[in-house]
Amino acid sequence: MTQRLAGPRLGTTALIYLALAGVLVVGGAAVAMDGGNLFATANLVDMLTRTSLTGFLAIGMTLVILCRSLDLSVGYTAALSSLVAATTMDGQAGNVPLAVAAVLLVSGFVGAFNGAVTAYLGVNPFITTLGTGLIIKGYLDTQYKGPAGDVPAVFQQFGYTRIGPVPVSALVMLLVAAAAIWFLRSTRIGHHMYAVGGDADVARMSGIRTGRTLLVAHILCGMTAGAAGLLLAARFGTGSAEAYTNLYELDAIAAVVLGGTLLLGGKGGVAGTVAGVAILAVLDTVFNVLQIDPFAKDVLRGVVIIAAVAIYARRQLDRHARRPRFAEGRAS
Amino acid sequence: MTRARELLARATNPTATVFILLVLVFAAVFAMNPGFFAGPSLMAFLKQAAPLVILAAGQYFVIVSGNFDLSVGALVGAQVVIAARLIDGEESRTVPVLIVMALFGIAVGLVNGLITTALKVQSFITTLGMLLVLYGAIRLWTGGAPTGSLSEAFRVPGRMGIEDVPVLGQIPWALLIMVALGAGAVLLMRTRFGRILLAAGDNERAAALSGARVDTARTLAFVLSGLSATVAGVLIGGFAGVSAQVGDGLEFTVITAVVLGGVVLGGGRGSVLAAMAGALVIEGLFTLFNQMALPATLRPAVQGAIIIAAVAYAARARARPVPTATATPTPS
Amino acid sequence: MTGPLLAMRGIDKAFLGVPVLSAVDLTMEPGEVHALVGENGAGKSTLMKILAGVHTADAGTIELDGRAVSFTHPLQAQQAGVASVFQEFNLLPELTVAENVHLGREPKRRMLIDRRAMTESTAAVLADLGVEDLSPAAKVGTLSVAHQQITEIAKALSQGADLICMDEPTAALADAEVELLYRLIGRLRERGTAVLYVSHRLKEIFDLCDRITVLKDGRLVDTTAAADITPDDLVAKMVGRRIEAQFPDRLPGTETGEVRLRITGGGNDRVDAIDLEVRAGEIVGLAGLQGSGRTEIAEAVFGIAPFTRGSIEVDGAPIRITKPRKAINAGIALVTEDRKAQGLALRQSVRANARMVLDANARVHSRARLARVSGLLSSLDLVARGEDQEVRFLSGGNQQKVVVAKWLAAEPGIIVLDEPTRGIDVGAKHKLYSVIRELAAEGLAVLLIASELIEVIGLADRIAVLHDGRIAAELPGGATEQQVMAYATGRGPE
Repeated sequence: MTQRLAGPRLGTTALIYLALAGVLVVGGAAVAMDGGNLFATANLVDMLTRTSLTGFLAIGMTLVILCRSLDLSVGYTAALSSLVAATTMDGQAGNVPLAVAAVLLVSGFVGAFNGAVTAYLGVNPFITTLGTGLIIKGYLDTQYKGPAGDVPAVFQQFGYTRIGPVPVSALVMLLVAAAAIWFLRSTRIGHHMYAVGGDADVARMSGIRTGRTLLVAHILCGMTAGAAGLLLAARFGTGSAEAYTNLYELDAIAAVVLGGTLLLGGKGGVAGTVAGVAILAVLDTVFNVLQIDPFAKDVLRGVVIIAAVAIYARRQLDRHARRPRFAEGRAS
Repeated sequence: MTRARELLARATNPTATVFILLVLVFAAVFAMNPGFFAGPSLMAFLKQAAPLVILAAGQYFVIVSGNFDLSVGALVGAQVVIAARLIDGEESRTVPVLIVMALFGIAVGLVNGLITTALKVQSFITTLGMLLVLYGAIRLWTGGAPTGSLSEAFRVPGRMGIEDVPVLGQIPWALLIMVALGAGAVLLMRTRFGRILLAAGDNERAAALSGARVDTARTLAFVLSGLSATVAGVLIGGFAGVSAQVGDGLEFTVITAVVLGGVVLGGGRGSVLAAMAGALVIEGLFTLFNQMALPATLRPAVQGAIIIAAVAYAARARARPVPTATATPTPS
Repeated sequence: MTGPLLAMRGIDKAFLGVPVLSAVDLTMEPGEVHALVGENGAGKSTLMKILAGVHTADAGTIELDGRAVSFTHPLQAQQAGVASVFQEFNLLPELTVAENVHLGREPKRRMLIDRRAMTESTAAVLADLGVEDLSPAAKVGTLSVAHQQITEIAKALSQGADLICMDEPTAALADAEVELLYRLIGRLRERGTAVLYVSHRLKEIFDLCDRITVLKDGRLVDTTAAADITPDDLVAKMVGRRIEAQFPDRLPGTETGEVRLRITGGGNDRVDAIDLEVRAGEIVGLAGLQGSGRTEIAEAVFGIAPFTRGSIEVDGAPIRITKPRKAINAGIALVTEDRKAQGLALRQSVRANARMVLDANARVHSRARLARVSGLLSSLDLVARGEDQEVRFLSGGNQQKVVVAKWLAAEPGIIVLDEPTRGIDVGAKHKLYSVIRELAAEGLAVLLIASELIEVIGLADRIAVLHDGRIAAELPGGATEQQVMAYATGRGPE
């Protein structure tokens, strides 16, 4: 790390896509040595399927983290949403639009609660969303003793249909990602998220309503968790309260920071997050194909996240050198 | 009049709030079940509460110095599994295995601390990564389900005590350990180390310019947290037996307890005694829920609502204008 | 247009009952470059901040274009056409120049941000300023200080500012960059934008400004056309004699002894060729303008940003000070310039802060020293509700006493004081002056940094005057303010 590369430095997003390519190459080689083919259709499908669920959650998570906030309740929101979806659909294809609307409403409301408590009551988002998660968990555990509701076949397509090797759910996730990229770039409130996370005082001095910006980020984060809940319902064919036990929120945060978004806000983006999600999915698939113990993947995942953030921290440090008045070695 | 105002000011001080909360919770417990304060049932309560109180003390050191430790739950689980596997029912191995566990706890804390301070990775990410690593590594090592069994001697601290004491019945070892470690924690905060920890959490720069080894102190805080998880692992393992799940989610309960004790995320504020009192409040609430025959499933919801309310209240109390003017003129 | 662009009349402002401005008037015409000068503490920055909406005046009126205005927030000032470029920029390093210029006011087309319009209008503003080498798409965090400053000015212009306040704009600029700023201000004048230029660099003031307003001790001394006054007369107006400038005399029994601190050829990226000696019982003053390298010398001696050239000796023994711990163990103390950011843990008690240095350093920690902390605090006349009170509740002067106490607790042989009286009341100032004298009498070597020349002159036995990172002159204690100022502004001997 002491040597510095000449020429323009790679952007963080470029770096993360390069890392994704590297993981694909190394993973592909490892699988090939084992006598398999990582890029066989079945494996590609597996990889892409894995991206969609974490992808939805991570997109919303990117927005709140950009604002220097956090959402630990998304796993619970997704579980709740899957139940709202399945019970509202109740096996009737005609109820699907209503169910989707209900899910987005409920999940958006959860996000609004998180955002309002954090922005206006000054509660640390870690505590707010942890508390919200617990509240939802209590409700789910009390209200639902097992799977509930019934998802009609037509909506289950969302979970299983593919176009070529690409699952529809992954496509939808990428569409949402594209929409989020567009939102951050082209709408004022999206653009202001960088300012709010970067320096709330500067944002306020520039006339930005920081509280409202944070609130919107949380609402959208809740809604992407709702979308993840819809996907869960489509896959299981029913609503599942147990879904929260998978700690999806930690996966999502991992993908976001892996994608180069600063946990302290103000820097990063959804494009990086998608690459972060993809890296985690590729690793999972490689492990799967190589039949490595699934628990090894958790170990590796932990190491990868820490290493990635350590590298980003290093790059940040390099940039903050002050400019010299007297160059080193100049004779006095 | 001024005395009354001073008392009121003290009562609204977040640190004092937890003791008032403690009294309220136990008053409610007493109102519902006057028999609770009979010796044996009180002792049983304290035996059960001891691990959380000890964990809260460990977490306090980390939080007050400005960090998080999300890995304690996974570490508790890991320690129990390690104990069962290494002891494997052999009494003679008890002490050597206890030493191994202590070393392991220290090592985990050291790694957390060094990654956070030397590599400048936010502790949230470091300890989240550690959580994943521990979770995966332990299951990898045991092939998914814990193997082996604990020795009788190992289980003594968690379930036994001084028997046949008048009025009280059994004085559990767990209680004595809790009191000893709690006293140790309070004393530790009065040493130079404790003072440096508080100063570093409050103003890292001022502490460093005063010559404090901030990074070392913070790393030691993680080590203390790792050790507290080790002790909690011994007590929980002894009390509840072997299961890899014992620690799941414990980190959030512990952080909740510490924050409920008026310790502010971000560091520099709060006392270790109040943090431990926060843990007793949480355990008291669980007892209260039991007596109210509140469905076990509803507990997280109440817990979540209380934590949000408590922190919002504390945030309001802090935001209120202070009695004496703090502004200083800063003419250029 | 008839009448002035800006008319401030009878402005009063006090902080905690200490008057900072009284009955100050200031008028500005469109396209005028107006210098606001005075010593540190004269009230320049406060006046500018009132105009910028950061502070609100206690009394007086402000008229813009003949309309009475009253700002309670910087946003209101911006909307009324008054923009400010402070020394700490209000920019987001992760955003581009164009994004920063339009932050909070992004141009929209059909509800969406019109990035093209944003880039084009930024390019137009930059072109209007005659800046060619700054791309609207560049990330602000990668720019030089000068270019960041240009971005701030472009931001001000795109907000439609008629009046731009600049606070010490050249403090962080290299010579070539100062040229650029000159051109820029020339362009602003042509456009009819008025500039309030806060500085004490005489050359710039006479190069750039049409009129000069001099403040002293919060009062208006004079407003005059730059052509009607010589630099020497201006300095005389700025300094003059003070009413309350009374410094305690050297205490009887103070003896100048051996050299305790010796710097030979000290230099790093901010200062160069520093030769300095401080003897036991001696008070040496470091004078110079902001950014001249005063604080950098203190930081080098204390190991925060060490010298990379030259050598340091403490009590005759060469020593390499690479971090504060080493300085502390060598018996050096540093009362830092910014007590809130660097000196105090504000949420901790008076006692915890006062014993922080002892607690943090095993080699200076001792029971005897701890036992003396309380006595030390009371000997400094600390006013607090008790040693348990959190220091954030104390006044600035009492906070500073806690900082001084924490260093004296370690019984240092050398103490460096960087702006020890900044922002504190007169009573506390005088107490500190006496303490400094007492320390010298006890045989400490004292290095005193102060922006207020009168302090350095009134207390120091010798004065080293810094200019642009080098010692321009070493003067005896009785030097006049004019002499010090002459070297500090780079004009050389009278």
